[in-house]
Amino acid sequence: MANIISDETIEYVGILAKLELSDEEKEQAKSDMGRMLDYIDKLGELDTTDVEPMSHVFRVENVFREDVVTNGDERERLLSNAPQEKDGMFVVPRTFE
Amino acid sequence: MYKEYETVIGLEVHVELATKTKIFCGCSTAFGAAPNTQTCPVCTGMPGSLPVLNKQVLEYAIAVGLATNCDITRYAKFDRKNYFYPDNPQNYQISQLYLPICRNGGVEIETAQGGKKIVGIHEIHMEEDAGKLIHDEWEDCSLVDYNRSGVPLIEIVSEPDMRNAEEVIAYLEKLRLVIQYLGASDCKLQEGSMRADVNLSVREVGAEAFGTRTEMKNLNSFKAITRAIEGETERQIDLMEAGESVVQETRRWDDTKGESYAMRSKEDAQDYRYFPDPDLTPISVSEEMLQEIRARQPEFRTEKMARYREEFDIPDYDIDIITGEKPLADLFEAAVALGAQPKKVSNWIMGETLRLMKEREVDASDLRFSPENLAKLIALTDTKQINSSVAKEVFEVMFEENVDPERYVDEKGLKTVNDEGALKKTIEEVIAANPQSVEDYRNGKEKAIGFLVGQTMKAMKGKADPGAVNQMLKELLQK
Repeated sequence: MANIISDETIEYVGILAKLELSDEEKEQAKSDMGRMLDYIDKLGELDTTDVEPMSHVFRVENVFREDVVTNGDERERLLSNAPQEKDGMFVVPRTFE
Repeated sequence: MYKEYETVIGLEVHVELATKTKIFCGCSTAFGAAPNTQTCPVCTGMPGSLPVLNKQVLEYAIAVGLATNCDITRYAKFDRKNYFYPDNPQNYQISQLYLPICRNGGVEIETAQGGKKIVGIHEIHMEEDAGKLIHDEWEDCSLVDYNRSGVPLIEIVSEPDMRNAEEVIAYLEKLRLVIQYLGASDCKLQEGSMRADVNLSVREVGAEAFGTRTEMKNLNSFKAITRAIEGETERQIDLMEAGESVVQETRRWDDTKGESYAMRSKEDAQDYRYFPDPDLTPISVSEEMLQEIRARQPEFRTEKMARYREEFDIPDYDIDIITGEKPLADLFEAAVALGAQPKKVSNWIMGETLRLMKEREVDASDLRFSPENLAKLIALTDTKQINSSVAKEVFEVMFEENVDPERYVDEKGLKTVNDEGALKKTIEEVIAANPQSVEDYRNGKEKAIGFLVGQTMKAMKGKADPGAVNQMLKELLQK
């Protein structure tokens, strides 16, 4: 494996992804991630000088919708997924800025 | 010797666009609906749902870009900005990082010294708004309403070209007017349809390099922006004078306390891992599309002011105020088009309209009376069917309820009595009842007639033409 993932990196990625990993899971993730990066490096061997970066798999552009209301009130269905609701809203742990 | 400092300010301005539907789904954006009643799988981030761009959002963004002298990016894309927060159900915000729709523009502002300067616009990009979090103090939890999730925004990022609060306000006013004239948004700071984040740093006068900047949020009035700029400048200078360094961070301004505090803790890494959104297709702006939008651009304020000066005989000051709010300019033009005399329409706007707007805290965009009714009211006074104090009374009712003044005047019996016989009779009674004033007048105290006019108006319950009363009084007193 050419890419070695450090403990700091996996810790940081864990924070970004909001994941708490056990030591065992961390080791596993480090090796998985290293192998993924090796694979990406393999792609880097290709000469892409004249290739436009692609962001969409199909050659389509300009798919738009008109500014017309098409959706109604689906609150009940939406809230049926909520673990907890109050006054028509999702209840989440207290957040503050 | 004291060091001299200079403040360097750049703004990130978010503007909520006035579309009927959200940016990527057909949910309504109407304000004030019950929580979560304007949501769907797309704007609540359900797996498998697919966003589709609202064409009107693109057109508004391009129109704002053209009006602010930007280059329009002919091949643009959307990117995902990844972060976790309950107001963001997808765990990413769809925004534009790599190829924003407008770049490299600028607007001219007037500085406090009366000079002119250009404030550069780095870019304008399209993005979606987040949901609204309501803090429930009783149960110590937060409640989420996703009605605002997916409401279209444009973010206008300026260059760090401003040096004080006056320039910041001038720049914001300029943007507000351009966007309001385009009809792209009502741009109300208080209601959050325009939000400004202030990036501010301080450096010694003459220094080349910028100091470390902070970003300030939660500024919802021009006054708050001014105070926050002054407060943050002072805080940074104090730090530098004390030999400490400014930390690059986001701060929240508390306008009631008049101070700011750091918003995000350090362990909250700000790494958004942007990447192109694979659900949305790239945007290719054709020459035809640009031409169409260009052709639809309205007459902007500067052009309107010049035309008013040319076409209407009204003072520059009135022109400045009327064109300073698009709804006032619309009202003025519509009433004039209906045949009302420009000077009179202007007087009603500058006088009673502004007075009542201030007194009742009504925004120009929330005025209720129609130009038709204003024109009718002016016609009623022109033809002397009502006098000016009755007109003001009717106007107040119109201001609240947009009543038809003709019908209202009829129903309430407010028409001026043009019956000369009745008027004469009343005046004779007034003369008989006020011998002292009559004598004063005859002895040369011209002012005494004012009292007699007042008494007559009172006896006529206000429904007389003061000019006619004055004239007839003089005639009768000379006998």
